[in-house]
Amino acid sequence: MTPRPKPKLAVWKFASCDGCQLSLLDCEDELLAVAGALDIANFPEASRAVVRGPYDLSLVEGSVTTPHDAERIHQVRRASKYLVTIGACATAGGIQALRNFKDVRDLTSMVYATPRYIETLNKSTPIRDHVHVDFELRGCPINKAQLVEVISAYLNGRRPNTPAHSVCIDCKRRGTVCVMVTGTPCLGPVTHTGCGALCPSYHRGCYGCFGPMETPNTASLAEAWTRAGVSNANLLRAFRSFNASAEAFRRESEAHEN
Amino acid sequence: MKTRLIKVGFLARVEGEGGLSVKIREGRVTDVKLRIFEPPRLFEAFLRGRDFREAPDITARICGICPVAYQMSAVHAMEHALGVQVGGAIRALRRLLYCGEWIESHALHIFMLHAPDFLGYEDAIAMAKDHPQIVERGLQLKKAGNDIVRVLGGREIHPINVCVGGFYSTPLKSDLEPLAEKLKWARDQALETVRWVSRFSFPDFQPDYVFVSLRHPDEYPFNEGRIVSSRGLDIPVESYDQHFVEEHVEHSTALHSTLEGQGAYFVGPLARYNLNFSLLPSSIQQAAREAGLGSVCRNPFQSIVVRSVETLYACEEALRLIKEYEEPESPHIEVAPQAGTGYACTEAPRGSLYHRYRIDDRGVILDAKIVPPTSQNQKSIERDLHDFVAARLDLPNDQLQWQCEQAVRNYDPCISCSTHFLSLEVDRQ
Repeated sequence: MTPRPKPKLAVWKFASCDGCQLSLLDCEDELLAVAGALDIANFPEASRAVVRGPYDLSLVEGSVTTPHDAERIHQVRRASKYLVTIGACATAGGIQALRNFKDVRDLTSMVYATPRYIETLNKSTPIRDHVHVDFELRGCPINKAQLVEVISAYLNGRRPNTPAHSVCIDCKRRGTVCVMVTGTPCLGPVTHTGCGALCPSYHRGCYGCFGPMETPNTASLAEAWTRAGVSNANLLRAFRSFNASAEAFRRESEAHEN
Repeated sequence: MKTRLIKVGFLARVEGEGGLSVKIREGRVTDVKLRIFEPPRLFEAFLRGRDFREAPDITARICGICPVAYQMSAVHAMEHALGVQVGGAIRALRRLLYCGEWIESHALHIFMLHAPDFLGYEDAIAMAKDHPQIVERGLQLKKAGNDIVRVLGGREIHPINVCVGGFYSTPLKSDLEPLAEKLKWARDQALETVRWVSRFSFPDFQPDYVFVSLRHPDEYPFNEGRIVSSRGLDIPVESYDQHFVEEHVEHSTALHSTLEGQGAYFVGPLARYNLNFSLLPSSIQQAAREAGLGSVCRNPFQSIVVRSVETLYACEEALRLIKEYEEPESPHIEVAPQAGTGYACTEAPRGSLYHRYRIDDRGVILDAKIVPPTSQNQKSIERDLHDFVAARLDLPNDQLQWQCEQAVRNYDPCISCSTHFLSLEVDRQ
């Protein structure tokens, strides 16, 4: 009997900073074990060898911002059995979705002397706007333990266990003193868990790397911030960063436009 | 007419997406193309209108490999605009954080991205089958660097603890002590790494580069100093724009960086080493000499040796900083907005990273300029490819292709960094 071939892993990049796929190489203690369980078939950041598809597990980093990438994501989907998006760019459009609130031609002309050479779309969009996505991993960047969980769940044929509650709950669990109580504005009550409630443990308010939690009450939090003296302009900026185009954060930032 | 085309559709083992093609016609290199097809992300545009305090966290997102470099250039530029100078323990912690990033980034490049070229493997995973202990050493060395970034910054990628004026929270002395234990191991392994890579075989290739890096009077440069070159340039950072020019070239989304009157120049470990050798501790100089390096190294293929020497230095320096650390009274100095322009250049693992911001009296960013190392090295990369191939036309295509890839990887190019500027097509007849 021939041994069952290892599942093939592919890693794809769209508009992004590379940080989420780097998280895989940052699994210093697990990387060789992952490579033992999966055939790393297409991962250009790490290898010049490319094994042809189809791929059993595809990790997709980055958002769609060019006409070429809007085509390419369909090829990636066709070549992939199970497609997981990794990070805020792939799941919400990322920081580059700040263009969605402006005319991209104005932005391009600020950076480039001859904007007509630049081919780019008006909006930065998440992968799910283009193709079916089997699972989404949040974060800017993703949490590498969650990445290992996704891979391990895939290998064991189960759904990944990545909770959807707020960062706030994690602070309570850790016993971190609430920074809002001491007057520091914090997005923890409306932000999706995943980072381990890092910022408050460093005496800083959460700034929303993991995007909105399930059913966030952003209006109520905005009111609390306003009572604490935060200006409309700062409220707008707080909701409009790495997950600016995620529905709940987009709506709340637009509510503070004037 | 005999035409050969060496084409790499997708350049592997670099951070970001690019390709290259070299056209050879009748025994002459007629065309070199290094194409970067990363989509533009327009950071400089959407920084306008943001609060000055947001710059370190926003610009970190340009690059997941060297976010600390972006945070450091951003906070120094803002402090310069506000007329604030950070010293003492906070300055030392910034240097320690940078040591962490150099160690993790250099170890990634040495072991995972570059060494497989010298030993004939497609990647480090394949290399691990024959050399498990070496790959394990690389991963653990990388982890030692990442541990520093995690303790000081909160996490390895896009750390959360850096702010204009210092840190949100500073560590206790006892938080840093466990790092020292691991770093002592890392220092020994880094020395082993210097010896290991020095035994690789290097193509004979020594172009006459113009090297550019920071230089500080007392220390090997991370955050501060003047910008100097191997041809006598010696300027304060705020004069950068008067000497370095960015151009937008037709058929490319690239802004090319050139040094006025000199053209292409070279930033990164090789440049830092050549311009700052005398500032390395004598034990590190000794290790470099034993590895066959002089006080100047012009062979870009030996950048892997220089990167290993810098890794060794970063381990030593981190140990010194931890030993001498005294907890500051306050994690940051308070900063208040005022109108002004700030300039900063710091040494990212891949070379000088320049930031310039203009802010108004409420601290809102009016405009921003960011020049990452890889866009500064583009012209040198192209020129290397051209000259390197011209001297090796007798090699079969697959070998020549691999060596061309290796020649690009010498620079540890970070295409994601350059994304918002860069997509390059060169046609030389």
